[in-house]
Amino acid sequence: MTNLAYLGVLAFILLATAWLEVVLRTRVYQRWRRLLLTLIVPVVVFVVWDLYAIAAGHWDFDPDTTTGIVVLGTLPLEELLFFIVIPIASILSLEAVRSVKGWPVGDEQPLDESVAGGDR
Amino acid sequence: MSYTQLAILGVVLAILVDLFIARTRLITRRAFWVPYAIIVFFQLLTNGVLTGFSIVTYDGEFIIGDSTPVEGPPPFIGGGRIAFAPVEDLMFGFALILLSLVIWVWLGRRGVQRTPFAGPPIWRKQRSENSVSK
Repeated sequence: MTNLAYLGVLAFILLATAWLEVVLRTRVYQRWRRLLLTLIVPVVVFVVWDLYAIAAGHWDFDPDTTTGIVVLGTLPLEELLFFIVIPIASILSLEAVRSVKGWPVGDEQPLDESVAGGDR
Repeated sequence: MSYTQLAILGVVLAILVDLFIARTRLITRRAFWVPYAIIVFFQLLTNGVLTGFSIVTYDGEFIIGDSTPVEGPPPFIGGGRIAFAPVEDLMFGFALILLSLVIWVWLGRRGVQRTPFAGPPIWRKQRSENSVSK
């Protein structure tokens, strides 16, 4: 069971943030298409970083506390899931604070195409 | 490149994307820094588990601190570590969090499910229903 330690940490993060969707109405999972599109960039960038760091020997993973399932040659499955779970938890946190405080985040107004690239 | 160098580069690139490429300017908003403060607390907690129990181990050649010891946990604080984790992990996390939030906000501004907006919390009334009763 200790092989599930890293997965357990990831599950804890998902569970510890999921209530925000209901209680604070973060509407992050509700906007799942925007969420999935958002994940592409951080997943690609950080998987590349991780693969490099593993190849260079920056860090390593304990075979006794990870599942041993590897993707893309050398990447533990947990690491790939990490780059999905952490962005989701981060976006839930952002939207949770917005729900309570109402502070502007920057997407309150649609970007006007006539001044595309301009500030809003 | 060492983890230290890559971590600094990651932070700089994430900030450049925020300010000049996506122009979301999240780092100028308290709507970013308050959630970030909450996230960092939980990062120290959960990453403390991953590093304190040596689920993830580090080579001292590539970080400010020393290698994760073979027996027992690394230092809780000091020696280039905070809550068992290399200080580099804070920069790695900042880059991952900022980049993710920048893309989320950028997509919203571009019209990808910009609405429905978050909120209100369940203890407050929805704007559309029973606006002034009681």
